[in-house]
Amino acid sequence: MSIKQKGSFGVAQIILFLSVAVLVVVVAVPVLLIFFNAFWADGQFNIEDVLMVLKQPDTYQALINSLIIAIGTTVGSTIVGTFFAWLVTRTDLPYKTFMKSMFLVPFMLPSFIGALAWKMLLSPNAGFINRYWMDTLGFSSPLFDIYSYLGIMIVEVMYLFPFVFIQVCGALERMDPTLEESARISGAGLLTITRKITIPLVLPSIISGALLVMLYSMAHFGTVAVLGIENGIFNIPTLIYQKIHQSAGSFESIRTGTVLSTVLVATAALIIWLQGKILSKGHYQIIGGKSFRPMELKLRGLRTPLFLFCLAYIGFTIVLPTIVIFLVGGLKTYGLAFTWENLSLDNYKFILFDYKVTKDAIFNSLSLGLGSAFITMFAGVMISYVIVKMRVKGKGILEFLGMLPFSVPGSVIALGVILAWSGKYGVNLYNTVWIILVAYIARYMAFSLRANSAALEQVHDSLIEASRSCGATMWQSLKDIVIPLVKPGMLAAFFLIFLPSLRELTVSIMLYSPTTRTIGVAIYTLNEDGETVVSAALAGIALILIILGQTIINRFTKKEGA
Amino acid sequence: MDDIIKIENVSKAYDKHQVLNNLDLSIKRGECFTLLGPSGCGKTVLLRLIAGFEVPETGKVYIDNTLVTDADGGDMVSADRRGLGIVFQDYAVWPHMTVFENVSYPLKIAKKPKEELTATTMRMIEMVGLKDLDKRLPSELSGGQQQRVALARALVANSSLMLLDEPLSNLDANLREEMRFEIKELQRELNVTVLYVTHDQEIALAIADRVAVMDEKGNIRQIGTPYEIFERPSDPFVFNFMGIANYLSVREEGGKYLVANGNQVIPWKNPEGTATSWVGGFRPSDVEVTRDGEGLTGVIKRASFLGATMHYLIDIDGDEFNTSIETHEAVEKNLIFEEGETCKISFKDLLWFDAEDLKEVTKQ
Amino acid sequence: MSYIRLVDVTKQFGKVTAVDKLNLEIEKGECFSMLGPSGCGKTTTLRMVAGFEDLSDGEVYVGDNLLSSPKKKYYLPPEKRNFGMVFQAFAVWPHLSVYENVAFPLRIRNVEAAEIDKRTTEALRATNLLKEANNSPANLSGGGKQRVALARALAINPDVMLLDEPLSSLDPHLREEMRFEIKDLQKKYGFSIMYVTHDQSEAMALSDRILVMKLGVVQQIDTPFNVYNNPANKFVFSFIGLSNFLNVNAANGKAFIAGSEVEIAGALAPKAEILGADGLTIATRPSEISFVSEGTPDSLRGVVTRKAFLGEIIDYQVKFGDQEIRVQKGRRDIGPEVGENCSVAFSRHFWYTGEE
Repeated sequence: MSIKQKGSFGVAQIILFLSVAVLVVVVAVPVLLIFFNAFWADGQFNIEDVLMVLKQPDTYQALINSLIIAIGTTVGSTIVGTFFAWLVTRTDLPYKTFMKSMFLVPFMLPSFIGALAWKMLLSPNAGFINRYWMDTLGFSSPLFDIYSYLGIMIVEVMYLFPFVFIQVCGALERMDPTLEESARISGAGLLTITRKITIPLVLPSIISGALLVMLYSMAHFGTVAVLGIENGIFNIPTLIYQKIHQSAGSFESIRTGTVLSTVLVATAALIIWLQGKILSKGHYQIIGGKSFRPMELKLRGLRTPLFLFCLAYIGFTIVLPTIVIFLVGGLKTYGLAFTWENLSLDNYKFILFDYKVTKDAIFNSLSLGLGSAFITMFAGVMISYVIVKMRVKGKGILEFLGMLPFSVPGSVIALGVILAWSGKYGVNLYNTVWIILVAYIARYMAFSLRANSAALEQVHDSLIEASRSCGATMWQSLKDIVIPLVKPGMLAAFFLIFLPSLRELTVSIMLYSPTTRTIGVAIYTLNEDGETVVSAALAGIALILIILGQTIINRFTKKEGA
Repeated sequence: MDDIIKIENVSKAYDKHQVLNNLDLSIKRGECFTLLGPSGCGKTVLLRLIAGFEVPETGKVYIDNTLVTDADGGDMVSADRRGLGIVFQDYAVWPHMTVFENVSYPLKIAKKPKEELTATTMRMIEMVGLKDLDKRLPSELSGGQQQRVALARALVANSSLMLLDEPLSNLDANLREEMRFEIKELQRELNVTVLYVTHDQEIALAIADRVAVMDEKGNIRQIGTPYEIFERPSDPFVFNFMGIANYLSVREEGGKYLVANGNQVIPWKNPEGTATSWVGGFRPSDVEVTRDGEGLTGVIKRASFLGATMHYLIDIDGDEFNTSIETHEAVEKNLIFEEGETCKISFKDLLWFDAEDLKEVTKQ
Repeated sequence: MSYIRLVDVTKQFGKVTAVDKLNLEIEKGECFSMLGPSGCGKTTTLRMVAGFEDLSDGEVYVGDNLLSSPKKKYYLPPEKRNFGMVFQAFAVWPHLSVYENVAFPLRIRNVEAAEIDKRTTEALRATNLLKEANNSPANLSGGGKQRVALARALAINPDVMLLDEPLSSLDPHLREEMRFEIKDLQKKYGFSIMYVTHDQSEAMALSDRILVMKLGVVQQIDTPFNVYNNPANKFVFSFIGLSNFLNVNAANGKAFIAGSEVEIAGALAPKAEILGADGLTIATRPSEISFVSEGTPDSLRGVVTRKAFLGEIIDYQVKFGDQEIRVQKGRRDIGPEVGENCSVAFSRHFWYTGEE
């Protein structure tokens, strides 16, 4: 802005400068360092080394594994998600609203805790179900081995299908009912309409949800780490972790890590690009004017069986694992039967009041969550303001930088942060809690930008211009108009960051030191060390914290919405 | 001088698209002045230049004889110091503030004492017809009521100049009709100058003391009172824009001026000037339709009963035009035609346009 | 014999009666409009005929065929009714080409390929869409989309077309144009139209007969001309066209405009039996009032409080005490100025009593 405006001089420039600085330091530098390290060796551009790393059997296998698991998970989630979405929006299934909210529960449950539960239930030799199968029912081999590709995929589907479910539900609910009614008056029956009109119209939403699942599965650490390592199944994120962890950050392992990261980022970018293309091109304007209730398929004889099936699904995938976690958390020793004599609250007391490792972890996670949520919320408002409201050149770059972490998986961010903040460039945060904070900020910036941009888009320019013409300066307008109106977006951003950071594993596992474990890291490492009951108890505490937090948000957003 | 706004030689472009081109305009103190033009003609840009939300490439803007915008580098008076009241198309009332808080905001910014602030605000809220609604939030108000809040907020600081940017376009037809008269009444009562931007010629005619008609290229085609603009349009563009416009093409053959493709002579004084072909332009109310009186013979192509009026589409030798007759008059004078019947057409008024000039106008 | 027949059709949503004992007969080839404010039950009625809503009571017939009857436990689903229907929000399918949209009802009916092509092409030609046949309807303008919806409804050559506010989503200019296109199509193919709208000028221009509805109850069924010129009640009068109402009081056996000294006397005076009735109102239309010289018999004396030049018309506000009326005159008529006293005469007026 080259015009001198009395009264507002400098404000715009300060905001702009700060925004650029934050994004460059926190996001751009770590990501660039990854690419730099991957392709730049001994002072020159080097692609042969990259190819060599990729040709090594273990890296090659990890790539293939990532792909297999991601594809399997995506196909499974798409089928499960679309089916349930159709069931709760287009049929006369009983208790649909309750069912719908239940199907969204896996969204807030950390999948690695789920994986732990399934390990306890279905590990080939020690899993409760397999034991019952062999010991009591007398079969000679286990019912199901969870330490397998199929096992990993099934567990991932349980936690990722809501991505498809929520997209398809949204599309089906917003869809103009007259699109289907006009097919009906044209002579088509309900099944023909579903096949020829409804499904094709929501196909973009299905694909978009499926791609999201793929994106998450490719970069997913927790489930594979818990269930895969036993049988030597590694995907890219777990291999990166293993390399860095085993060699304590040697040059060679970092090199491999950066190359794998580059592959991961490239795949993620491809998926996001595809998704954008499908959303912009194939996304039909199907939102209608007058709204009537959409037609419902009468399930008739299938109504009760399908209802029971849904209940069974919810019981099996949500209730059962949760109960197992709490029960195991109450056992005196892992392996004992679930009887009243063997169960107590001692483990819970122990981890909350006596055990330093878990006490530290809870404290660390809470303070990291609060800290990153606060910082990211405020930085997010500022940067969103520049992107949405200011007419400056180069804001496209800001937007790109801010959204970049969406396509950069957690393990990659962690690696980039290690490269940037280990003293090589003057600041050494390695082995402190600060490096985790920086990584959280980078990882969650995109959440904050999205929530705040959405809120700011609602604040039309004319609202600000109206206050300017009332005699308010730019600062007064910000204070009296913009900030109060963006407040709900800021709060949303805060919780969107605080809650996931409570259960974060992928980033912290790469960055923790003995004193800076987070809840996720503590659960994972305790489990690795064979402290199964303590780890389960901590997982139980984490679940309680998360559900508590979610309840508060729901209360809150309901009040704001009213 | 008694011009409250003076615009000199203002040009403005977005990317390479020239919106305003060396434009001059003055608005007199105390008048209701309307900028009227099709969408994209730059009328809103002009308003925003005056408000201080946009900066021109060339030219100067004076408000109250003070230079507020100078493209040649002079200091600019920012929007918050221009002392204007503005009303926007989307109301722009602040959703987190009550009606009272919205309306009193300019006074709060001006640091008025509490009692004065309350008294003035309440008076203004009552004036725009929102008495007893002062504690409501905008979300509890209808569109029309929200726009009244915006009006009150723009008027409360006692500014002598109000800018209104299509304030009624988001309202339904009935409310629009009602509110245009209310705005006019408020303007008279409070003796403020109003600059009103709209694309709706009916609102412009109803509300304005003077109207400026702008074309798509950002040029002002005519400035005048509503009557002057409607009855004496300066060019085909203005004629075409100001209401339902009918045209009959006329060709010269052996000194006679014949209508459309037939051989009927137009019953009006002959066109003058150097053009080679002409078009006669007229409003629906400029023709008189009879069963068997004087004038051109036409055929009723379509007859629609619209309640207060009978609407006819009439064909004269290949050219079609619209006209309407008040229903009670049509009944009294036996002018209810069936489709396919013939009728006679004579003119009360007819404007001659060069056919080439008109092509420019009607092709859009 | 009438073609579409509604007998005592009633629809209840919970305790609310949306449509109350509606009886209706529509001729073959007739264009019949249902007009009323939003929530009056007109759309519900149309949706009951289409089969998207079931009836709480009553029967619907087309020709000799029963479509719905809760008493006889009979309900023919919409896909079996063979109607053409057009919706307000276009409802064209964006994943199919214009051609496939129109061919859809034919494909569903397993019409043979050559016939599908013939009839689809014919419907596209009739709606001026031939050159758009292979495009996606998503790229068409609102008017284009609505033409696709019309063509799709035409494809099966239906006897009945149900149109639910088909023009409300279009801009005013296009609305007027499409109105005539629908009318022309009807002339050409001879189907019956059931048309729902809240726009009275649309209903007037298009229909052979109009039904005016309020809160689920029929107010009047008649030709547009009669609905306008002989409104059945005050509601119909006020709903169709611009209207003025003046409250009238009685004193000493004479009628006065309430809140003023202006007497309504002579030929204008109300009949003795309604004088003094509750809510006595005289109703006029702004276009049916003229300015006359002072002392003209049956004229009323008032003050001009507003005069606005609107181009074709000049709009006046004339006050009698604290009540006012609007008067609209042509732009060539010379009338009084603001602040002047004037006399007005009503070329037509109606008397109403009671609340509504």
